[in-house]
Amino acid sequence: MAMKLRFLLVCVFVFALVGAAYAQDAIELTIGGVSGVEVQWLNETVKPGFEAMMAEAGTPVKVTVIEFSGSGEDLRQQYVLDLGAGAGADILGFDGFWLPEFVEGGLLKPVTELVGDSALEWEGWSVIPEGIQAIMGYDGQLYGIPRGTDGRVIWYRIDLFEQAGLPTDWQPTSWAELLDTARTIQAALPGVTPLQLNAGTAMGEASTLQGFIMALLGAGHHVYDFEEDKWIVSSPAILATLELYETIYVTEELGEVRWQLVRNGRDLSFEAFSKGEVAMLVEGDFFWRGPLAPGTGNYAMANRNEVVTFALMPAREPGAGYRGQDFVSASGGTGFVLNANSDHPQLAWELLTYMFSRDTLEALQQLQPRIRARVDVPIPNDPVMTRIATEVIPLSTIRPQLPVYNQVSAQIQLMTERIVSREMTPMEAMQAYDAAVTEIVGEDNVIRIPLER
Amino acid sequence: MQKAVLSRKLSLLFLTPALVFVALFLVYPFFSIFQMSFTNRALVGANALNPQNVGLQNYMDLFDTQDWMRRGEMGHSLWLTAQFVIGSALIGQAGLGLGIAVAFHNRKGLLRELVFTLAIAAWIMPDVVVAFAWFAYLDPDGTLNQMLQAVGLRPQDWLFDYPLLSIILFNTWRGTAFSMLLFSSALASIPPSYVETADVIGARPWQKFRDILLPLLRGYIATDLILITLWTFNTFTPFLLTGGGPSYRSNIIAIYTYEVGLRFFQFGKASAIAVIVMLINLVLASIYLFISRSRQRQIA
Amino acid sequence: MRTLLQRIVITVFVVAVATFFITPLLWFIFAPFNPQVSLAVTIPQSPSLANFAEVLGNSLAMRGLLQNSVIIGVGAMVGTSLVAALAAYGLSRGSIPGRSLLIYVLILFSSVVTGTASMVPIFKLIFDLGLINTHTGVILVMIGGLLPSAIFIMQDFVDSVPRSYEEAAMVAGASPLQIFRDVTFPSMRPGVMVVGIWALVNAWGAFLIPFILLRSPELLPASVTFYTFYDPESGMPQIRMVAAYAVLYTLPVILLYLLINWRYGFRFFGGIKQ
Repeated sequence: MAMKLRFLLVCVFVFALVGAAYAQDAIELTIGGVSGVEVQWLNETVKPGFEAMMAEAGTPVKVTVIEFSGSGEDLRQQYVLDLGAGAGADILGFDGFWLPEFVEGGLLKPVTELVGDSALEWEGWSVIPEGIQAIMGYDGQLYGIPRGTDGRVIWYRIDLFEQAGLPTDWQPTSWAELLDTARTIQAALPGVTPLQLNAGTAMGEASTLQGFIMALLGAGHHVYDFEEDKWIVSSPAILATLELYETIYVTEELGEVRWQLVRNGRDLSFEAFSKGEVAMLVEGDFFWRGPLAPGTGNYAMANRNEVVTFALMPAREPGAGYRGQDFVSASGGTGFVLNANSDHPQLAWELLTYMFSRDTLEALQQLQPRIRARVDVPIPNDPVMTRIATEVIPLSTIRPQLPVYNQVSAQIQLMTERIVSREMTPMEAMQAYDAAVTEIVGEDNVIRIPLER
Repeated sequence: MQKAVLSRKLSLLFLTPALVFVALFLVYPFFSIFQMSFTNRALVGANALNPQNVGLQNYMDLFDTQDWMRRGEMGHSLWLTAQFVIGSALIGQAGLGLGIAVAFHNRKGLLRELVFTLAIAAWIMPDVVVAFAWFAYLDPDGTLNQMLQAVGLRPQDWLFDYPLLSIILFNTWRGTAFSMLLFSSALASIPPSYVETADVIGARPWQKFRDILLPLLRGYIATDLILITLWTFNTFTPFLLTGGGPSYRSNIIAIYTYEVGLRFFQFGKASAIAVIVMLINLVLASIYLFISRSRQRQIA
Repeated sequence: MRTLLQRIVITVFVVAVATFFITPLLWFIFAPFNPQVSLAVTIPQSPSLANFAEVLGNSLAMRGLLQNSVIIGVGAMVGTSLVAALAAYGLSRGSIPGRSLLIYVLILFSSVVTGTASMVPIFKLIFDLGLINTHTGVILVMIGGLLPSAIFIMQDFVDSVPRSYEEAAMVAGASPLQIFRDVTFPSMRPGVMVVGIWALVNAWGAFLIPFILLRSPELLPASVTFYTFYDPESGMPQIRMVAAYAVLYTLPVILLYLLINWRYGFRFFGGIKQ
């Protein structure tokens, strides 16, 4: 008797489920790999707006936002597994420099292939500069729409500079000046870490872009020679960059090595900066609008606008920087791609373009001001971000968009780690880098610039 | 050998569900790994679409003698793993487990309950929780340094300066309960008369342990050692504590495999590592079986 | 004299061991009740339950703990103990040659194959079975990995159950399945218990498998939702919440252990004997 009753209940339950599935004929669209304020924006602005619009147009849809709480590396790992198995959300939050290896691995397809040439007729393309479009592009094809770009600078604490007797509108013009400032702080303010320039494998890509490439560009060239289409694996500039690391972390201890090597080091350095225990930190503008943002940041500083500002990264000597520049910067960019496995690529594309319509994007800009992809979406009252857009971006350069970049980047992280952990001298580390990168890309694809001494 | 209750066909029937699981989730992945270890299969980049057969290339790269012992390479990782296994499994878990079991042999009371409960708690707590507990414990401001300062010793930056020692202590703490329980059961099965006789002839405690308990425990020790060696060799939990760093100084083989396979997605190479680890484990297990068999023959 | 020395040595050893085991957990005794937590152990000035209230208000984390971890844990427990019991019975009562060797090979397999290298083939397999992002997929993989050790532990229990009842039942004309269900299985209950609890504890704590196989936040178990209390940009723990959630997450397994210990005495019964 009890058995029969249970069976009956199960049947009722199953029918209810099946019924529910049939009643709800809205097409489901999912957005994955997002976190923080974007989740709020997607749920409060994009979802209701797009659902209402589509219901009116006679194609009811249901938008689901899948929040991701993990590191960028974790997300990349999930994408590799998902896309390789034909799964994943319809729209994926994506980092631009992952694109080449995903495309080469057959994990992503161009929007024109998924949606057709009509994708190129979207009104937004006309207000997104081509350089920015390229963030979500590879080999002449577009795979999605970029969020925007960013720039890297030296963030510094005005209050600490005052205490050390340094000018508060500081702008070094050479590495020597930068190091002198650090030395002044080291002498005047015991307990304050003068300068943090990212290194090591634990910080991942942050070590490559915010650390090594920023310094290397100041020494004269990029990691890749775009004219010869080859990787530069040995040069006076690389050696000078490694010697800069050696000065900062080994011989003069102007920076805190621990943060470069432990897993949560990047956060520890952010936290220390927010507490006034670090004077200068080389980071992207994400640092300003994310972790330090008053109210919403993890290391929120109520007085951020008063005590934090930035200086441009100087070349080693004036005019000795990349392209003969006096000051240098590096840019990255993230965005959203269409999943080639989507059952409804047309609808997913409509959702994506809705996300990047001017009005929707302006709602996000209110939550987190930054440089957006669309030039018709300005940065609202944030003078620092405006300066990033006007002063830093024109100086900036991007990473080589190549499938092996990630592997080379890992070798760069390892090379810097070998210096700061005192495992190798700059010369030994450069030789090990040379050997490792040559093995990855092949002897034909590397160049070595002879050392002068 | 007792007469079988089940015919061979019937006993296979009982085994079928287990065999299905084993075939699907153990044998299939193993052969998939084995086959993959001879290719340059990657999950991203050009080798994802067109993996090629590279023969023994992956194995040769792994044993490249020039860089073999460099930080972050396999030789270095195996050396760390050997220290980790000897330190945390053989000395730590088995030694401490045996010590606790002997110390509480034939004893009851609150202290025994307390120590057993604490050790078992450390064993059954979820990975992410114990990793965080130790992260807090070993932090420069953490409990361990607080205690050291309280007794006038210098605090240390444990996870930074002594990462390998840290994960050895961690894994000892984490896994001692298994050996402790196993040896307690074993000791409980030794007839009390053996020990009493020793007391009568006036044996010293060490002699008693060496000459009476240890020979009786030999088989159990072998069982224990092989199981905890296999588990320790393949444990991934230290990753949650140190991530293999700083600077690869706690990069044990399970973490190395993870990095190659799931961070750099060089799946062919990661598979080759897994096969090598399997072979090493096979050797260790054979040594155990050999000892265990020779003991049985001795008794017979 | 000797006994005094012996006593002192043993007491010092025991106190040292107790200290070793308790100190890493001290932080969890105070931190969850402290509204201002650091990584140092401090007795809260004004103890409160605010951290717990905040964790209880996080629906994602609570669903992970109260629903998903329970489903995965119980699924792995029932599946592992049932399949292992059947297999151990088949091995014990049948005449399969080289069974101890077979079990060792399986254990060897399981310790290596459940490692990180097999995650990719296992992911592909679960995908082909259409079980990505389902609890069933996670449970099946868990059972597969736990099974060899489970059979290893279980077979000693089965061996220690006398065969006379089974032989009597056989004479009375009962089928093998009936014998297993009505005669042997009830008498091997302690073994099923031990294996079941062991499987539950393992599944409860497992991180990597659900992390790789599950996607939807509403399906994630507590081991993964634990990281919702970490900052997504960079992985820094929000330690107030981590402390409280860790206690809630750990409590069930500790209580379960205390219950089993009180009811049955937690030890290896006949297990692992050679």
